[in-house]
Amino acid sequence: MLVMSKSKNNAFYEPRIVGFLCNWCSYAGADFAGTSRIQYPTNLRVIRVMCSSRVNPLFVLKAFQEGADGVLIAGCHPHDCHYIEGNYYTRRRFILLRGLLEYVGINPKRLRIEWVSASEGDRFARIIDEMVNDLKELGPLELRNRLNENQTSHNVTYKHVKQERI
Amino acid sequence: MGIIKRRYPRIGVYVCHCGQNIGGVINISEVRKYVESLPNVVVAREKKYTCSDIGQSSIARDIKDYKLDRVVVASCSPRLHEVAFREVLDSSGLNPYLFEMVNIREQCSWVHYNDPEKATEKAKDLIRAAVARSSLLEPIEKLKKEVTKTVMVIGGGIAGITSALYLSRIGIKTYLIEKEYSIGGHMAQLDKTFPTLDCSLCTLSPRMVDVKKEPNIELFTNSEVIDIEGYVGNFRVKIKRNPRYVDEDRCIACGECAKVCPVNVPDEFNQNMSYRKAIHIPFAQAIPNTYYIDGEHCLYLTKGACQMCIKKCDNNAINFEQKSKIDEIDVGAIIIATGFQLYDAKNKIEYGYGKYKNVITNLDFERILSADGPTKGKLIRPSDNKKPESVAFIQCVGSRDESANKYCSVYCCMTSLKHALLIKEKSPETKVYIYYIDIRACGKDFEEFYRRVRQNGVRFIKGLPPRIDEDPNTNDLLLISEDIDMGRVFKNRVDMIVLATGMVPSPHVDTIMKKLHLAQSRDGFIMEAHPKLRPIDTNIAGVFLAGCAQFPKSIPEVVAQAGNAAIASADIIFRDEIPVEETTAFVDIERCTGCSICVNVCPYDAIKITDEGFAEINEILCKGCGSCSVACPSSAIQQMHFLDSQIKAQVEALLGVSYV
Repeated sequence: MLVMSKSKNNAFYEPRIVGFLCNWCSYAGADFAGTSRIQYPTNLRVIRVMCSSRVNPLFVLKAFQEGADGVLIAGCHPHDCHYIEGNYYTRRRFILLRGLLEYVGINPKRLRIEWVSASEGDRFARIIDEMVNDLKELGPLELRNRLNENQTSHNVTYKHVKQERI
Repeated sequence: MGIIKRRYPRIGVYVCHCGQNIGGVINISEVRKYVESLPNVVVAREKKYTCSDIGQSSIARDIKDYKLDRVVVASCSPRLHEVAFREVLDSSGLNPYLFEMVNIREQCSWVHYNDPEKATEKAKDLIRAAVARSSLLEPIEKLKKEVTKTVMVIGGGIAGITSALYLSRIGIKTYLIEKEYSIGGHMAQLDKTFPTLDCSLCTLSPRMVDVKKEPNIELFTNSEVIDIEGYVGNFRVKIKRNPRYVDEDRCIACGECAKVCPVNVPDEFNQNMSYRKAIHIPFAQAIPNTYYIDGEHCLYLTKGACQMCIKKCDNNAINFEQKSKIDEIDVGAIIIATGFQLYDAKNKIEYGYGKYKNVITNLDFERILSADGPTKGKLIRPSDNKKPESVAFIQCVGSRDESANKYCSVYCCMTSLKHALLIKEKSPETKVYIYYIDIRACGKDFEEFYRRVRQNGVRFIKGLPPRIDEDPNTNDLLLISEDIDMGRVFKNRVDMIVLATGMVPSPHVDTIMKKLHLAQSRDGFIMEAHPKLRPIDTNIAGVFLAGCAQFPKSIPEVVAQAGNAAIASADIIFRDEIPVEETTAFVDIERCTGCSICVNVCPYDAIKITDEGFAEINEILCKGCGSCSVACPSSAIQQMHFLDSQIKAQVEALLGVSYV
């Protein structure tokens, strides 16, 4: 299982990444990385959606809440959205969400928005490489543990959570 | 939408070895054992090949024996076999949307083969999430639409012509759209074709005539596709017909008009190596066999003077009043046969194309060899019309080149071999050199052809010259290159050089790609749905590829693919109904406040606010992106098959939290 240690030494820590990929470009791009046998770290767990604009910012918060160290949202390149303009909604929504993450004390670097086309298998693999490295540097988020430390059940707000150094 | 009565779901999970593809990396039996421990899993099995007949029928059997109501298959990408597995459920009496697929091949075993342990853990996580999601899946009723019984073929080269002919002969009304004044494409410009060396137009021209004769083909020349909307079975296309200024029904192609036309313009068909008039027919065998007036150069159309041709035309075929017009057609399927264009050899400045007169491309050379060409088939070089005593071919210009295109253009080796042999036939004493990286003569009878060229005394030099220099006095060309086979440097002086330029994607296809949202390969050609099993399908249902729009290929392959595209579109046309996007959005009226935020977000105008003040979604127009469901501030909109609850369950389960 993935290690969730609190130690300062992050060398053995494996970040958990949840990836929301759009069916038409990014999921196909991830498949293409597979058919090209491009190797990347095993940390990513993918959820397929039809369009990146289906990704509710609440899903991202949910993922952090449940123990994800990073979240990736990937869609078609601007101008290339299968649904004409879905990726623009995604872009705007997640600019806003970054601000919120910062406010509640989660480093916004943990959320990454990328455009990956169906032919960019190498780019997809590179993004995962980079993300894993970045998250290893940031260390574990452990939001669930921290939420548990502040046991106030329903009244838990992120303000009560020990702030992560941003 | 039916709601399943809430009882514990009965899930069957099938973990696929895919031979060694998955089983060689992931410990399948460990995964299977783990899956058995998951809640609601009634049966978990390992399968060597789940997609095989044995695999599929064992799923069907289990659905019956174990009364399964959910099926999870962990194997390859859902983009490959999801449809096939859904059909298994359908034929076993289960709603096809109660199926979930886990990608443990493309996104697990193939990308983590160096780390089997972690890959196995990842597979477990992914299947756990899929099982959690599948518990919450709901059946979706099929939505079917009638099919428009016509096909549009874009591009009138050999690919488009072949597709259109097949379709029309099996009784399907076909629209053939060509941007030039005649169909024929690049093949019409070729002199002879390899490996048989038969005359290109002699094989093509009868087919072009057939296109004209076929009652089921409606030909649009000098036309472009400006808009496409709709979906498989029901596309609506706008086509702009540009004016020809000559009436097709009246013109008898006598040519009297061109005799009096005072304007001389470089002839594109002859690669600008000769001149044509402003009123012109592209080539003698053109279909439609009608003259046209080049609006950019005609004196009347540019300056309002002249009209010489009108006076000469006995049939009153010339009509300067013609305007471009827009036609709208409805089609059920689309074949894209837009072909290629040649790599612009001017980009390789070191070879001096466009600067040195005697450096030409292979298509230029094709015109020089042609009996209809600027030299009437006489082998002469452009600078002084002298018969060349030596000709060098340089291969891979713009192909297999880090600074241009990395891919191999496939056709150019055989083309240069053909040219070399044609030179040797016309003039055996002319020395021929071919500078190459590798000679790729793969194809039926190609290797034999290569051997024949070698036996005819053509010299092969393994190594490309880094640059070409011109002797300014004689216009002869100087090259120095490595000769790897001989292990030395080879200096050479030749009369003429032919650059074997590669193929690049046609720029005219951009609008079509944008309008249809077609995926592009990294080399810029249109991407096929699957490189092996679906090389003619695109990512858009009902849109097929024929010819070099997909990737460079030689004529026999183009013809084969064009036939394939015809049968694939006929497969759609002959159906009475076709299923359309079923994972549409729907509104929970009890939560809807009628704020109309969703109306503005929807890119398809599929949402309206009803008189009662609630949002209503037109499920035919809805394409199922899910944007509105995220935009809705009161979570009144959900997308079928991608419900909030399903995605949240997936997130929870992925991160290892109990989810029952």
